[in-house]
Amino acid sequence: MGDKADVWQGTLVLMVLKTLEILGPQHGYGIARRIEQTSGDLLSLNYGTLYPALLKMEQEGSIRSEWGLSENNRKAKIYTLTAAGRRQLKRETMSWEQTTSIVARFFEKTEDPA
Amino acid sequence: MKSLRAWLMRVAGMFSREQRRAGFDLELQNHIELQVEENLRAGMGAFEARRAALMKLGGLEKTRQAYSERGTVPFLETLMQDLRFAGRQLRKNPGFSVLAVLMLMVGVAASTAIFAFVDAALLKPLPYPKPDRLVEVTESVSFMPRANLSYLDYLDWKRMNREFQSMEAFRPTAYLLKTASGTEPVPGEMVSDGFFRTLGVAPLLGRDFYAGEDLPSGPMSVMLSFPAWQKYYGGRKSVVGEAVSLNGIPYTIVGVMPKTFEFAPRNNAEFWTALHATDSCSLRRSCHNLTGIARLNDGVSVATARANIITIAEELEREYPVTNRGQGVSVMSLSEAIVGDIRPILLTLLAGAGLLLLIACVNVSSLLLVRSESRKREIAVRGALGASPWRLKRQFITEGLILALIGSGLGMAVAYGLARVLVQLVSRDMIIHMPYLEGMGLNLRVFGFIMTVFLIAAVLFSLTPMSRLSSVEMREGLTEGARGSSGRGWRRLGANLVILELAVAVVLLVCAGLLGKSFYHLLHVDLNFEPQHLATAMVVLPDAVYAKDAQIVAVRREIVRRVGNLPGVTSASATTVIPTSCNCNTDWIRFVGRPYDGKHIEVNQRDVSAGYFTTLQTKLVRGRFFIEDEDAGKPLVAIINKAFAKKYFGNEDPVGKRMGDTELTPKSIKEIVGVVDDLREASLDAEIVPAVYYPIDQNTDSQFALVVRSKQDVNTLLPVLAPTIHAIDPGVGVVEEETMTQYISDSQSAYLHRSSAWMVTGFAGLALLLSTLGLYGVIAYSVSQREREIGVRMALGAQRSAVYRLILGEAGRLAGWGIAAGVVCSVGAAMLLRSLLFGVQAWDAGTLATVALLLGTSAMFAAYVPARRAASISPQEALRSE
Repeated sequence: MGDKADVWQGTLVLMVLKTLEILGPQHGYGIARRIEQTSGDLLSLNYGTLYPALLKMEQEGSIRSEWGLSENNRKAKIYTLTAAGRRQLKRETMSWEQTTSIVARFFEKTEDPA
Repeated sequence: MKSLRAWLMRVAGMFSREQRRAGFDLELQNHIELQVEENLRAGMGAFEARRAALMKLGGLEKTRQAYSERGTVPFLETLMQDLRFAGRQLRKNPGFSVLAVLMLMVGVAASTAIFAFVDAALLKPLPYPKPDRLVEVTESVSFMPRANLSYLDYLDWKRMNREFQSMEAFRPTAYLLKTASGTEPVPGEMVSDGFFRTLGVAPLLGRDFYAGEDLPSGPMSVMLSFPAWQKYYGGRKSVVGEAVSLNGIPYTIVGVMPKTFEFAPRNNAEFWTALHATDSCSLRRSCHNLTGIARLNDGVSVATARANIITIAEELEREYPVTNRGQGVSVMSLSEAIVGDIRPILLTLLAGAGLLLLIACVNVSSLLLVRSESRKREIAVRGALGASPWRLKRQFITEGLILALIGSGLGMAVAYGLARVLVQLVSRDMIIHMPYLEGMGLNLRVFGFIMTVFLIAAVLFSLTPMSRLSSVEMREGLTEGARGSSGRGWRRLGANLVILELAVAVVLLVCAGLLGKSFYHLLHVDLNFEPQHLATAMVVLPDAVYAKDAQIVAVRREIVRRVGNLPGVTSASATTVIPTSCNCNTDWIRFVGRPYDGKHIEVNQRDVSAGYFTTLQTKLVRGRFFIEDEDAGKPLVAIINKAFAKKYFGNEDPVGKRMGDTELTPKSIKEIVGVVDDLREASLDAEIVPAVYYPIDQNTDSQFALVVRSKQDVNTLLPVLAPTIHAIDPGVGVVEEETMTQYISDSQSAYLHRSSAWMVTGFAGLALLLSTLGLYGVIAYSVSQREREIGVRMALGAQRSAVYRLILGEAGRLAGWGIAAGVVCSVGAAMLLRSLLFGVQAWDAGTLATVALLLGTSAMFAAYVPARRAASISPQEALRSE
């Protein structure tokens, strides 16, 4: 066990969607940094795994990409949430909240885990 | 939905890989730059900043790999790679690829075309509902297993049988159709009232015959075939109810048959009339002119039905001993009756094509084997570099699939064309009797056949090279190339394949030889007449005009006389049956002054005009020919053939002996006045049976055949026959003008023998070519593998002749075994062919020897080329290449 947790299976997509909703259009590096920062540097994100996930989401139609300029004036691929992506985010947020609330109930009476 | 979309995008992504890769590289680059900048800002050194950025990414290459895998479908992607690689492999060896594809194509094309033929003829059921319930029902006599049925017997069989739902009868005929432009002879068929209902076919237009419409008192009604409806009435719907004049008698059109209706025994009949049994023949139980068909009751077998009819026939024999003694029964399935004759030939052809396909597959396999041997190194290297065994196997499967796919695809295309050609080759006359062939094509069954062949080929072509891919072999592969000795295992397998191939080729060649010899014998069978320069035609007199015997005699004499006077014509004559047609139109006779045992003496009967035998140039053995004016007013006479004289008179002189009908009715007594040579009356491969000839003027019939001999090219005579006869009476029908040689070569027996001989010869020729190529491939490869060994031998002082001996000896051993095995198998195969052989034994030594010699020679020739190459190996170079 390291100090930082790996990104949980299946949550990366949700994080990306949420990040794009909050930040608006963003390039891959920005998304990666944001996820890491948001987690308070508790999550260890292998940046390389982000790109196939972005490609997959693009193939599935939740995000789209276009070429734009990054802050250092380089050509960068900018990802934007699509309407389908927003719907997906809403759905997944609800289901995530439900899941966590269910799981949380199991721990209501117990103390903080070690 | 989402995942489908993603999948489609990934498939599409396979076609834009390069673009995506370039884009991603740019994106990655930007990513790294940003990270490096940030790291620098955090105070790292330049080198450390870049290293940390790459670490955070998890490795450039790995990221690229993961991205690109997500971008496409990896399975398809590797498949594409395999395909591309296979394509490269095939292109790299164009000789091998083209040869392999061509061989498979030849095999597939031949077998598919033949299968389509067999499918059309044997598998396609009769185009009627429940076709397996239909049977042909006829009488049977000693030399005609399926003779005609007499009308009165038909009525009794129909009435007394218990196993048929219905039983019907039909009889071909020709009608003189009165059209606006004159009189035209048309083919017709007389059928009993329930004929179409028994077949299960309903008219397209109008109505079917009603029950009782075929009684002598019934109305004269006719149904049109679809082509006749189109041809004479332009497809007018109002045709039903109209009148039509056939033989000068008015008939009413009651219906039109559908376009799809076919009736193989007489598919060209245009006018279908109800059978009015008013002719003199139908009133006599001894006169046989019908064929019966019946529909079996459900659950009744053909054998049961036959047994039932046999009982009835026996009953009738007791009741009518004079007419029915010795009258047997034939009941067989209708499909058997229709295609029975051609079945053995088709099965032979199918077997031949199958063997050719086998040779082709064996050949391609042995080529693949040779190649996999020389690719051992490549495979071993790929294996050593980390390709999994499955990946390597997949490569072979892909290559096998490609080969099989291209080969069978091309084969299918060629087969399609070939099948069309085959149908074209079948003469019009034959198609009338085999209408089912016209519908031949690439239907589902044929397609299934091709798919089966394709799958077998694909499996074979992938397994063969794979069998060389055991892990041990692979390990050897890396080291072996240097040593250059070919595996013994391979040599044994390759050698066995060559032996198999040669054996199959021998079988095909022997069968082709035997069939060819049969055909030769058939065409050179003794006809006992001179067929060159003879023309024949059928003449039909309108019954209504020529009602009296004297009128028929007069007009026939006039026709014969006028035709005989045409320029170039040396003689003209008339007969009731053209020679080489059939053992049919028989008569029952009994000799005056001999004890009668009640057995019928059944002989071929022909009524001929006085000049008939001289026109045909058939030799007179004893006595005299008929003379002019030998008509009903003169004493009745007969001429018999040699077979007749030998069978019934032995050494006695038959001239002057008398005979009559089975009851020796005084007006039937005839005197034998002459004996002629055994003029061939039946098909070329049939036995010569006793025949009797009567003067045609003593026995009148409104249909007869003209036989005309010309000094000139007989083809120029054909077009003038009809005009000459129409000058006498335009109402007389003239049909089937043909030369005698054409008639003989178009006959079914000649046709079947010729076509099977040609086709099997074609297969055999291809087999010879393929097996020679196969032998060449194996020997050439074995030489290339033994170059070093041969070099050493030569360095040690072996002469060139010794090298030749070595290589040719090996080839000779293989060829010897192959040919020996083939000879044994072909005698067996020829035994199965026996029914198709004519005048030649299954173990014809000449054919066997010729084939062995031919194949031996070509095998040696195939081995000579690589042997010469081996002998020209320079020892120094062979050793240096170490």
